[in-house]
Amino acid sequence: MRADLLTGPVEGLDEALAAVDAFDHALVAGLLRAQPAGAAGPTRLADAVTGTPLAARAAEAAAKAAAGAVGEDHFVALAAARTALLGSVHDALLARAEEAAGRSRGAPAVSPAGGEPAANLLTAARAWLCDLARCGWQGLDHEVVSGASEVVSAMLPEPALRRLATLLDGFAAELAASCPGASAERFPVRRWADLWSRGMLLTVPGAAAAPVTGTADGRLLPLGIDVTEHATAAQAQVHAVFEPADGSGPRLVRAGVAVPKPDTVVGAGIWQLLRPHMSLLAAAGEGRSMELTGMPVTAGGDLVWSDEHARPGEPAEAFATARVALPTATAPVTTPLDRHPAGIAVPVFLEGYTARTDDDGVLTFTVAGSDLVVDTDRIPAAGPLTPEAVARSGACIALIRWDAGAFGVQPLAVETTVRKKVTAVHAGAWAGGTADKAGVRAEKAATDAAKVLGERAGRLLRT
Amino acid sequence: MIPPARPRKLAKVPFVELADGRLQGVVSSGSDIGRVYVSSVAAGSYAFACSTNNNRPCGGARGSFCNHIGALINEAVLQYGAERVVRYLKAEVPEGDVDGAVLASAMRSTRPPMDGTKAAASVFSRFLRHLAYLEHAPVTTPLPEMQFFPPTRAVA
Repeated sequence: MRADLLTGPVEGLDEALAAVDAFDHALVAGLLRAQPAGAAGPTRLADAVTGTPLAARAAEAAAKAAAGAVGEDHFVALAAARTALLGSVHDALLARAEEAAGRSRGAPAVSPAGGEPAANLLTAARAWLCDLARCGWQGLDHEVVSGASEVVSAMLPEPALRRLATLLDGFAAELAASCPGASAERFPVRRWADLWSRGMLLTVPGAAAAPVTGTADGRLLPLGIDVTEHATAAQAQVHAVFEPADGSGPRLVRAGVAVPKPDTVVGAGIWQLLRPHMSLLAAAGEGRSMELTGMPVTAGGDLVWSDEHARPGEPAEAFATARVALPTATAPVTTPLDRHPAGIAVPVFLEGYTARTDDDGVLTFTVAGSDLVVDTDRIPAAGPLTPEAVARSGACIALIRWDAGAFGVQPLAVETTVRKKVTAVHAGAWAGGTADKAGVRAEKAATDAAKVLGERAGRLLRT
Repeated sequence: MIPPARPRKLAKVPFVELADGRLQGVVSSGSDIGRVYVSSVAAGSYAFACSTNNNRPCGGARGSFCNHIGALINEAVLQYGAERVVRYLKAEVPEGDVDGAVLASAMRSTRPPMDGTKAAASVFSRFLRHLAYLEHAPVTTPLPEMQFFPPTRAVA
């Protein structure tokens, strides 16, 4: 890997982020009233998209914001401008990360327009987000925040609305934990503006659709599992190399499964919820390939998993895949609306690095003379991989991420040498179940918790 | 981001949350498997309430915190960590380690009033909403928004 490419400056990055920050700052006080002179956040944002198809709408929205007369369409325009700007940031960063990883990109697939699901729920979600933007983070109170709960409850049963529902649910929980805004000392300004903007765009009918553009037939070689979660949702996403049966070049793909959950289902309980719905989790956990037949795949390189299109294949050790197949695999092209720096996750194989842990516990790999921070906090707790094992490792399968202004790596698996014997340890090793002593204990605790909730639900929900 | 809840046994107190300006939740009856108590303590005033889900007042919660409220406080400390619960309730606790018992006795010593706001119905419906999260089907369509929610090894 060319790690030096990850530490160099990216042209235009600071300017783009400055415009984003200016807008984000306006959301702290809210856009209900006319903007005081000098606090021209929306205007800076609009100026930054001059010369793009969004220019006229963004400029109009900024003018309305300055006058304190923002309507819902104006909020959508501002969210779109911010998203476009961060999309350009994403593109520049991703190009850099892929160049560092030595990865080439596949051809973009043309994505057909999606359907238009339940417009009234989208309207309700948009109204809530507009309320938030008007009152600002400083004006948050329980009444404003609780406006989300009815919308989320109505959206969750509908799979087509799951993206927006899951986003709003996690966002509202964070907002509630910071209420009242008037007494909060600081806010995660960029983060909340990210969640707000993505939510606004997903209220545009059809925006959340990720249509299937083809099918996959061939061999799937898992690299590792990335877990994401908030209090009431979890997702496990397998990164894998796909070798098409038609002999065309190998491609990087992802396959995920996500589920809403009660906040008391944590750790191994998340694996238990997800496990029955994707046989790939067990395959990835035990180091096995899968044979795919007619598996639906989206333009963005996501397999839309269904077990009927997959059967277990030969054992396939992830580190062998990382060494042999990964370097030749092409990357998918990110779907336009998903272009955001937080979505960057470029699989990479690392070896020959030195690891050091500083006094604050921050782990850094020095790869060919360049320092990369290792995000050990993202290693799921319900698994055998630990920050200590990563620090001792000699080889690593990781995702290149971009966070807090710098590139870093998220370990998915490592090789460590114990008594001259090389052992692989995977973050997602417990995905399909485990015989590990600590794992069995975690599974048992999770089973008990699920049993209690299930019993209570059976007794109280249907009476 | 909010650190995830710490794992805890759910048999006695299946639901606890810091919401609506209260520590509130649901406590299973020790004697009747079909009965649950809805208990709460308000932030700031520590005004307390405990009744069954059919709105019968709890006999133990006449002058001060009943055992259900005690259990609720204990489990809240387990789930969210003492610091967050103390901060949310605006409780004044002695220096040093705080557990559920210390927090409960600190609040009890201020002789808090009974809470007359009759929030039991809304707390119970929030519990049912919480349980309904078990009923939603998983999806295997991409959920790119989850990339905004990385896990953390930190616990509450």
